[in-house]
Amino acid sequence: MADTSVITLPRDPSRAAVNRGAGLWSSSLLVAGRMVRKFARTPQLIVFTTIQSALFLLMFRFAFGGSIGTGSSLTYVNFMVPGFITSSILWAGMGAATGVAEDIDHGFVDRLRSLPIPRLAVLTGRALADMVLMVWSLATATAFGFIVGFRLTGSVTDALAAFGLCVLFGFAFEWVFILIGLLGGNAQAAQSMGLLVVPLVFLSSAYVPVASMPIGVRQFGEVQPLTPMVDAVRSLAIGPGGQALAAHSTGYYIGLSLVWTAAICVVAGFLAAWRFARR
Amino acid sequence: MIPILEARGLTKRYGKTQALAGLDLVASPGRVVALLGPNGAGKTTFVRAVATLLRPDAGTLRVDGIDALRNPAKVRQAIGLAGQFAAVEEAMTGRENLEMIGRLFGLSRKDAKAAAVRVLDQIQLTADADRLVRTYSGGMRRRIDLGISLAGTPRLLLLDEPTTGLDPGSRLQLWETIRTLVAAGTDILLTTQYLDEADRLASDIVIIDHGTVIAAGTPAELKTRAGDDMIEVHVRDAGDLPAVCGVLARIGHDPRVNVPARRASVPADDGSARLMEALRALDQEGIAVEDISLRRPTLDEVFLALTGKAPETTGSPGQPASV
Repeated sequence: MADTSVITLPRDPSRAAVNRGAGLWSSSLLVAGRMVRKFARTPQLIVFTTIQSALFLLMFRFAFGGSIGTGSSLTYVNFMVPGFITSSILWAGMGAATGVAEDIDHGFVDRLRSLPIPRLAVLTGRALADMVLMVWSLATATAFGFIVGFRLTGSVTDALAAFGLCVLFGFAFEWVFILIGLLGGNAQAAQSMGLLVVPLVFLSSAYVPVASMPIGVRQFGEVQPLTPMVDAVRSLAIGPGGQALAAHSTGYYIGLSLVWTAAICVVAGFLAAWRFARR
Repeated sequence: MIPILEARGLTKRYGKTQALAGLDLVASPGRVVALLGPNGAGKTTFVRAVATLLRPDAGTLRVDGIDALRNPAKVRQAIGLAGQFAAVEEAMTGRENLEMIGRLFGLSRKDAKAAAVRVLDQIQLTADADRLVRTYSGGMRRRIDLGISLAGTPRLLLLDEPTTGLDPGSRLQLWETIRTLVAAGTDILLTTQYLDEADRLASDIVIIDHGTVIAAGTPAELKTRAGDDMIEVHVRDAGDLPAVCGVLARIGHDPRVNVPARRASVPADDGSARLMEALRALDQEGIAVEDISLRRPTLDEVFLALTGKAPETTGSPGQPASV
């Protein structure tokens, strides 16, 4: 193979240049841009998550709803739709856990980690992209809610505030899912770990009033973070009429849910960053 | 001249596995170095250490004079990595992938576009640049994977088993691409399980096993030490093998016998002349020969010649090595 043995060649002058790398913000945006494109160009992802979400809603609205009491004068559809919308952030977030695990498994994360960019951008880019997807799935969930008969009884400003809260909650949970993805190692493991959201969603005030749950389960339902989040969103969405029925004021639920949001964000975000740096 | 790569006493342990056991390697700039070894030899671990994806337990590692343990961020400005798995976004086109990574390397939007055009031409993918990667063939994916690492201007390109799992046609094409890069003056460290690949692409071959270097040199040097070409005889009747060995022992040193395969082989210094000689001798002895051939030594045979023992785990083609 004489043709390849002689390989001492003049050096390319461009090699003197150093790849400085993109900064945290622009590299996060680039990583996020890739995620959003991936999502937009994988129609089965969009179709399946949308169908799943619609099925859930239809089942609770029409199959189970008739036998679930709201413990108040509130109609079940008005009780349940805010819970459905709020908990949709968790179903949407599960995709993040499998996505992170897949990127690690397939070497995409290694490629990014070998580039001259802040390594944190791999995670912040992911979080950023998933926020976009989360807003999309929240919007679909809201539209479905209105289709099955939900009517806003509070003010539009409050409703928008409720939507904004959902996005914030979603951002906090996003870090939990990123952490799950980092711990999972592969997509299947991450997906199984992600199923932890099932008790979180169903043992909350999202679909059933916590007060109606048996003792033990009820305590969990009362202290876990999704309950005040759902209560805050519901309280804002149904306005003064519904607030009179609730145990606490809207402000109390919002305050408590924001404390949870901050706590989850800090703890999960820190653990995710720590775990990622340790890889 | 500052070595492009300088590793001294590098060790890395995973539980009970000693992936790197005091590896020493120095590579001068302007060379293509092939790290050759069986599965589990420590090739991937070494590449990952150079790419700052893992931290060695002990030893020193310098890339283009930069201390990779003290200043990994600076090393990442000097390297490009293409892995065993084509880590490319499938839902983006080849061009989009290149532009994205180019911008992550720190290029402006305009420069990233220009870099993408340049690289697409280098890897001969211009015609398919605007198709989604998920529609690419295996060979095209490897080429775009390779190209992505060139979207910046790395001083050292790390190619971890660039052709593992590719069909022969795509392999040849990828070799061609790598040679073009070499001609453009990029320093390359590549790992491979294939002797012929190292032979075709590298100016220096480093053979490693169990996390240490067992031999290093130019392909010509190593081949001389490995006994050049092999004459291999395939007989109809395994009972003839001792007689064949007798004949081969007159042609070269230490004939090897593989009884189940009914084959015997021997290294020969002057291949074609020796082949004729062997053929005549076999004919005189009246041995029925199924097939006789002259071929390059395999990795196993090079190992045997250099270390006196066969590698413990020999990689099978198509199976990604992991360490």
